[in-house]
Amino acid sequence: MNIPGSITTLLIGIGLTVISFWYGQNHGLLPVAASEEAVGIDNLFNLMVTIGTGLFLIVQGTLIYSFFKFRRQPDDDTDGPYVEGNIPLEILWTAIPAVIVLIIAVYSFEVYSRIGGLDPMAHSMAHAPATQQVAYGSGAAIAAPLVPPTDSNPHAAMVMAATDPATAAVRDETIPPAQDAPEMGVTTPRIGATPDNAGQSAAYQINATGLQFAWLFTYPDTGIVAGELHVPVGKEILLNISANDVLHAFWVPEFRLKQDAIPGRQSELRFTPSKIGEYDVICAELCGAYHGVMKTKVIAQTQADFDTWVQEQQVANSPDALKTAIAANPTTPDQFLAPFVQDLGINAAVVEQLHPAHLHASAH
Amino acid sequence: MTQTVPEQAIVTPAHGGSTESKREWRKYISFSTDHKVIGIQYLVTSFIFYLIGGFLATLVRTELATPASDLVSPDLYNGLFTVHATVMIFLWIVPAATGAFGNYLIPLLIGARDMAFPKLNAVAFWMIPPGGILLMSSFFFGAPGSGWTSYPPLSLVDNQVGEAIWILSVLILGTSSILGGVNFIVTILKMRAPGMGLNQMPLFCWAMLAASCLILVSTPVLAGALILLSFDLIVGTSFFNPTGGGDPIVYQHMFWFYSHPAVYIMILPVFGLISEILPVHSRKPIFGYKAIAYSSFAISFLGLIVWAHHMFTSGTPPWLRMFFMINTMIIAVPTGIKVFSWLATIWGGKLRLNSAMLFAMGFISMFVIGGISGVMVASVPFDIHVHDTYFIVAHLHYVLFGGSVFGLYAGIYHWFPKMSGRMINEKLGKAHFILTLIGFNICFLPMHKLGLEGMNRRIADYDPKFAVLNVVSTIGAYILAVSTFPFIFNVLYSIFKGEKAPSNPWGGLTFEWQTTSPPPHENFAVDPVLLIAPYEYGTEEAKEIIKAGPFLATAAAEG
Repeated sequence: MNIPGSITTLLIGIGLTVISFWYGQNHGLLPVAASEEAVGIDNLFNLMVTIGTGLFLIVQGTLIYSFFKFRRQPDDDTDGPYVEGNIPLEILWTAIPAVIVLIIAVYSFEVYSRIGGLDPMAHSMAHAPATQQVAYGSGAAIAAPLVPPTDSNPHAAMVMAATDPATAAVRDETIPPAQDAPEMGVTTPRIGATPDNAGQSAAYQINATGLQFAWLFTYPDTGIVAGELHVPVGKEILLNISANDVLHAFWVPEFRLKQDAIPGRQSELRFTPSKIGEYDVICAELCGAYHGVMKTKVIAQTQADFDTWVQEQQVANSPDALKTAIAANPTTPDQFLAPFVQDLGINAAVVEQLHPAHLHASAH
Repeated sequence: MTQTVPEQAIVTPAHGGSTESKREWRKYISFSTDHKVIGIQYLVTSFIFYLIGGFLATLVRTELATPASDLVSPDLYNGLFTVHATVMIFLWIVPAATGAFGNYLIPLLIGARDMAFPKLNAVAFWMIPPGGILLMSSFFFGAPGSGWTSYPPLSLVDNQVGEAIWILSVLILGTSSILGGVNFIVTILKMRAPGMGLNQMPLFCWAMLAASCLILVSTPVLAGALILLSFDLIVGTSFFNPTGGGDPIVYQHMFWFYSHPAVYIMILPVFGLISEILPVHSRKPIFGYKAIAYSSFAISFLGLIVWAHHMFTSGTPPWLRMFFMINTMIIAVPTGIKVFSWLATIWGGKLRLNSAMLFAMGFISMFVIGGISGVMVASVPFDIHVHDTYFIVAHLHYVLFGGSVFGLYAGIYHWFPKMSGRMINEKLGKAHFILTLIGFNICFLPMHKLGLEGMNRRIADYDPKFAVLNVVSTIGAYILAVSTFPFIFNVLYSIFKGEKAPSNPWGGLTFEWQTTSPPPHENFAVDPVLLIAPYEYGTEEAKEIIKAGPFLATAAAEG
């Protein structure tokens, strides 16, 4: 049977396309998607898997075909054909990848915008009040260099999670909250409001504090302090993330969202849980010897269940709440506080001498 | 030239006697200024550190064979992966790719008698062993446990003595790299044989030129970051320490300003090796010489403006994330040009499937996987999910092991006859290749899925639901560890007992194949003049040159 080369090429091309599209939709590599943000990210990944599969098959296919087809015969000592290049072909394989990465870049930009990565106003709106405090700190707008700050008091950029009384017992007071230049705004990156929710406050604001080796969640509206994160599905959540000692990162694989927790800064993550369930909250930034066990749960529940939980917590709410939260973790407060009290305590004394008290005063 | 005597002792059948072979051996532990000696010193030293780094990796994988943290203490575990990464980057791939092959090959490829600054070259090499031993000594004081990235504040509070040792060691190794970079640039630009314009240079020289520019531009920034970090660590300043109002994110910017280009410092020279090896064993000219040559510089330039893609979840404002995302993706274009050009070089050739060629083809195959996942992680929304997970671990090993290490092995097999004057055993070489390919993929392919499903990196203790794939990965790591044994045995056996190598065993056209194996002191007896572009396989002139034997060296014996 004699099939013309062009038809073979066409058939191979169709085969590659079909396989790539099939695999792009059926790779089964990702865990369940449990936030509204996850859907867009998964679609983006599927597209990249589709393109990647095609490219993978072309390159590996060429290599394997060449391996068998072009291997030198034992008695053949001659050279191959003298081919130094082919300009149209080279232009083609420059242009096609360029177009592909352009498509991926534009699509990524779109997804990033849809999950709220580009929300320009979020920062000035988004500061959560500290627990049982009514102080709204107003930071400068994130896009301040482009848009003049509209806030009446841009200098009052305060890191609320870092002054939250609920976490006072474990807070390292020697870390001053970052005071970014007013004209720059607080440039800690975050995922802000989705374009649909731009300009609105999130339904719930929660402070998340990372410390070696646990997460602490405080609910400023109700004064709840918890070691696990409870969120109602379908409601937009704003997490104000900060760290108390070293870098941590808040990651929920099922939400596809991750944000570093940076000592002295506040970073934000705004998202909408969409699927009821219990998921792991993982620290994704190396934070010391027990980094691997710095884990807790996020419980995404119905609004009714969430309200019940809030009521239970408020009943139990007392100055002991913090101890309860810590007791939920495998260590006692003394045990898990010891490493950083010891480590940072030394530095704190040194730094205290170098930095006069006004530095701390200005932070408040 | 008294030193030519021991050189020839190798070439001529064993008559030399014990004193000469003793002197021969000693020159490799001396302050030699011969670029070939220095190149081999780099290669052997860095390979020893590769074995040490591999041993650390095997310990890491053994710890990870079970979900619990049960083999070593969590503190030591962090030290293991920190030193593993530091060794593999600063003591294996960088010195092997630039120091070893750069020093050994560049003067030979451009027809020079030595590097531009031979003493500086020796100084650069002799900084490597103390730097490496210093790093290893950190295990006695509590190894640095904050990752090879050493992000403050953790690096300021965790195992401080080990951290200080780590900083000093990396500063020494970085300085060595800068000295090497200066030498390569001057040598390539100033010492080429008559008739060899930039566009007639072998492609390895282009790659080394691009990599050396990166070394010179970016390594000083790493040095700056590390010096400031050491001030924070040792004298209690607050450049990066939030306790005193410092900004830990600034360190990340400075660190990645070097450490992303470092990836290209590690891969560009290997691209160069592949571009040398494929045409010789395919018996075809390189496809698209200029595209490959210039794309090295495109990669080098773009490599300087993508660093913050390591920081998509930490410290860059949104618009800047988009800027770094797009730059990063654009790198796929020049890289793609190289890959397609290599495939076109192979296509229709007469492939000599020996160990060097197998590793070179394996390089393309594995590197492309790392390249595909590289474009994926460049995409900000997706990177927010996989950043700091095993997906990244998989990606970086496909680039640095599947890429750089496969390429380095290809280079060792390809130039072994030239370096040692002996042929290497092909059967053992092929066994090595097959074991490496299988072990590597079993070890690192499952990590993609682990990362996507939620396994974060740098942990000694992981969720039991990831146990199965981790066991698979650990088995792969053991196969990978075993794969080095046939290689080591092969090299040691072949150096002493291997078949004598002819001057041009592969029928290569670059200058090194026109001199003896190994080349005499100062490489050539006559000053080489470029007669033919380096990849003109398939022409009559090429056949004549290959037939002529080591004419660049034999003229010496006659004259």
